[in-house]
Amino acid sequence: MLLVLLPNLLVIGASFMTRDPSDFLSLPLTLDNYRRLMDPLYLQVFLHSLYMAAVTTVLCLLIGYPFAWALARVDKRWQTLLMFLLIVPFWTNSLVRTYAVKLLLASNGLINSALQSLGITEAPITMLYTEGAVIVGLVYLLLPFMILPLYAVFEDLRRELLLASHDLGAGRLATFFHVVLPLTLPGVIAGVLLVLLPAMGMFYVADVLGGAKNLLVGNVIKNQFLDARDWPFGAAASVLLTLAMAVLLLAHRLSRRRLGEEGET
Amino acid sequence: MKTWLPRTYLFLVYALLYLPIAVLVVYSFNDSRTAYRWGGWSLRWYEALFSNHAMVQAMWNSLWLALAAATVSTLIGALTALALQRYRFRGKKALRGMLFVVMMSPEIVLAISLLALFLLIGLQLGFISLLLAHVTFCLPFVVITVAARLNGLDQRLLEAARDLGAGEFTTMRTILVPVMMPALLAGWLLGFTLSLDDVVVSTFVSGPSYEILPLRIYSMVRVGLKPEVNALGSLLLVFSLIMLVISQLILMRSKR
Repeated sequence: MLLVLLPNLLVIGASFMTRDPSDFLSLPLTLDNYRRLMDPLYLQVFLHSLYMAAVTTVLCLLIGYPFAWALARVDKRWQTLLMFLLIVPFWTNSLVRTYAVKLLLASNGLINSALQSLGITEAPITMLYTEGAVIVGLVYLLLPFMILPLYAVFEDLRRELLLASHDLGAGRLATFFHVVLPLTLPGVIAGVLLVLLPAMGMFYVADVLGGAKNLLVGNVIKNQFLDARDWPFGAAASVLLTLAMAVLLLAHRLSRRRLGEEGET
Repeated sequence: MKTWLPRTYLFLVYALLYLPIAVLVVYSFNDSRTAYRWGGWSLRWYEALFSNHAMVQAMWNSLWLALAAATVSTLIGALTALALQRYRFRGKKALRGMLFVVMMSPEIVLAISLLALFLLIGLQLGFISLLLAHVTFCLPFVVITVAARLNGLDQRLLEAARDLGAGEFTTMRTILVPVMMPALLAGWLLGFTLSLDDVVVSTFVSGPSYEILPLRIYSMVRVGLKPEVNALGSLLLVFSLIMLVISQLILMRSKR
């Protein structure tokens, strides 16, 4: 408990202080750090980071939703094995996996050599150190986090409901929008949270795959803390990230409550 | 209903998930100075890895840290789960919420919070700070694993034990510990793996005196491709695969 609450207060406190070269922090309280966050330069980084995280989340959802559906309908015997295969990456070093992606995307990496030897492209395509590379890396690392909660809701989805909907004359699309989607929404929201939040903070992915231009909020925070030693500013940035998290968690809770009430009536 | 379409899709996604890992493992046996040209099979990068003293030192450091972090967080986590499960006390809800917050909050926020705390209390960054930090983020996972196991426990067993005259300690030794054992082992393995895997938190709270493996890898892969990392990554992969299989076997056996 001590390890959680106190440091959080410290960071919030630090975010209001001014920078001091010798002491890291000094007293005159100020809103300057927050004002600097609104500086176009940083604002751009934040928006760009948010954009990459959002694209990652949408991609994970697009890939993960049908995947979880298909997975939940596979034979029970196979499901154990398939689930196991899904958890393996979760237990493997994420840095190593990021590096593996880099190995594939490099300009003299496997994808480019394959394309060239097949005669599809003449010169190597630049894939590394782009926005796309960061997004690919994030999707690759975070996809299981989207699939697991989705799989849980699809497993609970009863087949009888789909049959009933069909018997009542609903077409496939109508069944999907009126039955499947509302019932799996909690899984969707949980998955989005589990992907979106880490996607903004995983600075090493942006570092390894994105080069200097494609920064995440995590990179900004890390640079301010460890390289620039501007603690108050870094703290302000992380307070912003925490607030974003709090808002999302609150939305999650509210939506669950609403869905729960609907279920009872 | 057609079944080939979902199956093909599942297969495709799995193929994509495993392609980079497969390439990594194959290339770790590559006998070529550059990371991407194939030059035949060899073990040279594994040899290079183990003849690198700083690297071996970092491996040992990481191993010790993971052992310690997993053990400490399993002990504290088990007690926390027991407390949450069996007793009513003030701040119970707060404790639950706090664990949830640790699990959900972005690692980086946890990292700077801990760094701020360590500097405030004047703790030298090194093994101790790393250990405390790792215990912090492993703890919720252990608590959840153990609590899930305790939830399945038939309360009548405990009542029966009390009726038969068993004290708190005897109940603990003869019922609770055996019941929790599979979850404790699984939680320990998960903590061990999480600790070995962590980059974000370690980046912030480690000091120059104690270099650990993920940070060493990080500094190696930031620029360019290094063949040694292929070998190291493959080793880590096999290692975590073994851990995962063990933990799954434990959980499966305990369900029977």
